[in-house]
Amino acid sequence: MKLFLAFITKEFKHILRDTRTLIILFGMPIVQIILFGFALTNEVKDSRIGILDYSKDQASQHIIQELDASRYFDVEANFSSPQQIDQAFKEGRIRLAVVFPAHFRHSLFQQNTASIQLIADASDPNTATTVVNYASSILKSYQDEVLGEQTLPYTIQPEIRMLYNPQLKGAYNFVPGVMAMILLLISAMMTSIAIVREKELGTMEVLLVSPVPPILVIVTKAIPYVLLSFINVSTILILSVNLLDVPIQGSLLLLLGESMLFIFAALALGLFISTITNSQQVAMLASLMVLLLPTLIFSGFMFPIENMPKPMQFISNLIPSKWYFFIVRDVMIKGLGFKSVLKESLILVAMTIGFVLIALKNYKTRLE
Amino acid sequence: MKTLLFLLEKEFRQIFRNSSIIRIIFVMPIIQLIVLPIAADYEVKNVNIAVVDHDHSSYSRQLVQKIIGSGYFRLVENTDSYKKALKSVEQNDSDVIIEIPAHFERTLIKENEAKLLLAINAVNGTKGNMGGAYLNSIIKDFNQDVRTDWVTFPRMNPMPLLDIVPRFWYNTRMNYQLFMVPGILVILVTMVGSFLTALNIVKEKEVGTIEQINVTPIKKHHFILGKLIPFWVLGLVVTAIGLTVSRVVFGIVPVGSLLVIFGFTAIFLLAVLGLGLLMSNFSDTQQQAMFFAFFMIMVFVLMGGLYTSIDGMPEWAKIMTKFNPVAYFIDVMRLVVIKGSGIYEIRNHIFAILSFAIVFNGLAIWTYKKQV
Amino acid sequence: MENKEIVIQAQGLTKRFGDFIATNAITFEVYKGEIFGFLGANGAGKTTAMKILIGISKPSGGEAKVAGFDVYSETEDIKKNIGYMSQKFSLYEDLTIRENIRFFGGIYGLDRKTIKEKTDVLLKTLGFEAEADKLVSSLPLGWRQKLSFSIAILHNPKIVFLDEPTGGVDPVTRRQFWDLIYEASNRGVTIFVTTHYMDEAEYCNRVSIMVDGKIEALDTPKNLKKQFQAESMDDVFHQLARKAKRSE
Repeated sequence: MKLFLAFITKEFKHILRDTRTLIILFGMPIVQIILFGFALTNEVKDSRIGILDYSKDQASQHIIQELDASRYFDVEANFSSPQQIDQAFKEGRIRLAVVFPAHFRHSLFQQNTASIQLIADASDPNTATTVVNYASSILKSYQDEVLGEQTLPYTIQPEIRMLYNPQLKGAYNFVPGVMAMILLLISAMMTSIAIVREKELGTMEVLLVSPVPPILVIVTKAIPYVLLSFINVSTILILSVNLLDVPIQGSLLLLLGESMLFIFAALALGLFISTITNSQQVAMLASLMVLLLPTLIFSGFMFPIENMPKPMQFISNLIPSKWYFFIVRDVMIKGLGFKSVLKESLILVAMTIGFVLIALKNYKTRLE
Repeated sequence: MKTLLFLLEKEFRQIFRNSSIIRIIFVMPIIQLIVLPIAADYEVKNVNIAVVDHDHSSYSRQLVQKIIGSGYFRLVENTDSYKKALKSVEQNDSDVIIEIPAHFERTLIKENEAKLLLAINAVNGTKGNMGGAYLNSIIKDFNQDVRTDWVTFPRMNPMPLLDIVPRFWYNTRMNYQLFMVPGILVILVTMVGSFLTALNIVKEKEVGTIEQINVTPIKKHHFILGKLIPFWVLGLVVTAIGLTVSRVVFGIVPVGSLLVIFGFTAIFLLAVLGLGLLMSNFSDTQQQAMFFAFFMIMVFVLMGGLYTSIDGMPEWAKIMTKFNPVAYFIDVMRLVVIKGSGIYEIRNHIFAILSFAIVFNGLAIWTYKKQV
Repeated sequence: MENKEIVIQAQGLTKRFGDFIATNAITFEVYKGEIFGFLGANGAGKTTAMKILIGISKPSGGEAKVAGFDVYSETEDIKKNIGYMSQKFSLYEDLTIRENIRFFGGIYGLDRKTIKEKTDVLLKTLGFEAEADKLVSSLPLGWRQKLSFSIAILHNPKIVFLDEPTGGVDPVTRRQFWDLIYEASNRGVTIFVTTHYMDEAEYCNRVSIMVDGKIEALDTPKNLKKQFQAESMDDVFHQLARKAKRSE
């Protein structure tokens, strides 16, 4: 037991001595939460638009004013020719151009119809669609203003209820994603690098000839990272509750328990990686390519899994973080109980056992 | 100059001798460039829908038919209890519940207005929002059909009506991959540039060969150039491979000039390589360098406008993006590849990225110490 | 040796790291062509002193000139005139023998023709012809050390600094290594060497022994043994090292 503690103390000293890495380890979740929480939105606001007004009459001026006054748009430029629109798009100065034909007011009120062109920069298709939709709705409200609202017969009134996330906050989706990513990074990547470094430096042999059984050596290497991971889970949860107002709907105990389970799965994965590589560079790049990118791509937090082609959907099932992401989302956001995440939990348990078994097998053959 | 040639010869030999690095430089970008744009499909489709039809009228059936027929939605559950439908949302089997109340058809015809409930799983806010909007517009369409069944509209507009004509320039087919591929290419070039330079120098530190270099009369700038040039060349090669892949796999042909693309890439690479050098100057172990590089790239990519547009960011974040070389490069790639912008149009970007290159490399040379 | 030219001159050379004085006002001279043994227990300050002399560390006080150049202001000129072989293994493991020679020759400003000639001579002297295109990582340690040394003197430096060059090498190879050192010394190259092996100290023309950052003894091995009434250099060293207060 004393030896065991001595080993753990040694690992902690290694980690704590490297302050630069430590700052990044603890800073990473904080920065991610802040960026995702406040900087990264798909919201369109203050989009820069340009105007090509051939009529310059009361009606067009009125509409331009309303566009500029809305929170979605800022009028950036007034053009006098279509070439200038092209030029502004090519310089990336505007997202949308609104073109009023000559005699706009006249045709609107005399002929009862007038066309307005909304030219969007569709190099970003999603933003283009959104911008056109917002502009159209402002134009329509102008129309209603001019005409007075019409009530139409036989109207279906859909009542829309946004389940779990009535304010449509992005945070509800990315908090579980950030948790999966950070835990994987620390538990799997750091452990695998730490073990491989000892191999590279030859100190692993020294540890292995000590009277402590090899499996304990590995366990002691992992314990500090379990603790670090746990601190990070807590940081993320505290930040998301207090800073982002994402409440924990389900049981905190269950959430922490499932996080522990995922930490173990990630550690087992790290262990497995460390048994198949011999150099730090390879361990790092392998962790990055095999763990981090697939987590980003296949966990469903960045990209919708259901839109992927079938083979990719299949691959996503093999990614542990996907299951953890599901669990956190169900427990934390939807407030479901253990029964609902039983399947996901069992898959994680099975994966953990699998990784440990393969790692042990590799490990033994290496020692013999 | 002669010294530099010897340095370059050595670096190239070392790079090409290490097969795992070569694989990472050439194979990984290709795989990612193919996989990422396919995965990064934000279009709303395959939305799973649970229908709770209490009405069982011809209208309620027609509405469900119309929704399924739109191609965006998939009927997974047809039940008569909202509770059951909610259960299916909880289990992630369905994304949307439509509850059609009893006497829906009769109410609509008799009372001119009928209600309908749409409950959307909004854990993913964007998806919830967009799915809801699609569904809403389908219902509006259906509503229009119902009206034309019962009312005959006059042929001339009785009142003034705006005719809104949307035009989508540069990408008329609204191809999302056209948007993503150039951006992802930028990320790959950035990763190759900064990771590999940072790791390369730190490795010499860790192994101890840098001490041997430091006692030679070699000039600082020679040593740094010797490290920069090989990765600069590799970065350009990766760009060329990336452009080829995007042409072959995604059929994306840059509208603008290749010369502009490569010219800008060349300057951009100088900037990120300088950054890599800078990071290596401040790390003692490869692990540190790796984490540094990873952290920087993560922030750069998230704040680079690849997935979420910079326009929507708050003011402080917009200011941050002014200091993000990756944001400039993503923008330029899209401008040149999709819209065909020329040097004049991207002059501000060029100026900004040149400044980065000068500042980063200046700092890197300044902080590189031949002494311990 | 009194009439010999002085190539290294240190006067009260000091290096402090915070409160810790690694090198405490050491004063000594090294003459051209001699083999100067720089001895001391671990942590006595040898490596620190050496790093100042080879121009990669700035002293905190005192003065020193190496090959006539000042260690404060003319480090780059010093570097042109010295060779260095570090305690840590300093060749590129992922390059071949030939490529390492070529690279280090190149950065010392030798032209390609000279490098080629020198490579052939070097490979022949060391008997490495058959291994010339093998990666350094595949060579046994003793071979690498011999190669390291040969590369350190490739550009005909005035002085070559060797930091524990024979650590971990078997006795036979150590003997061969010292043959290389003698050969260089005979050609007029000054050798400044630190070592742990006291039998090697006997091979030096003069040795200095550092204890706790100070030079406690400096003379020929013969005179030192007389002075301390000792049988061997090992004995001399132990008498002095016993006084040491600090260890690693």
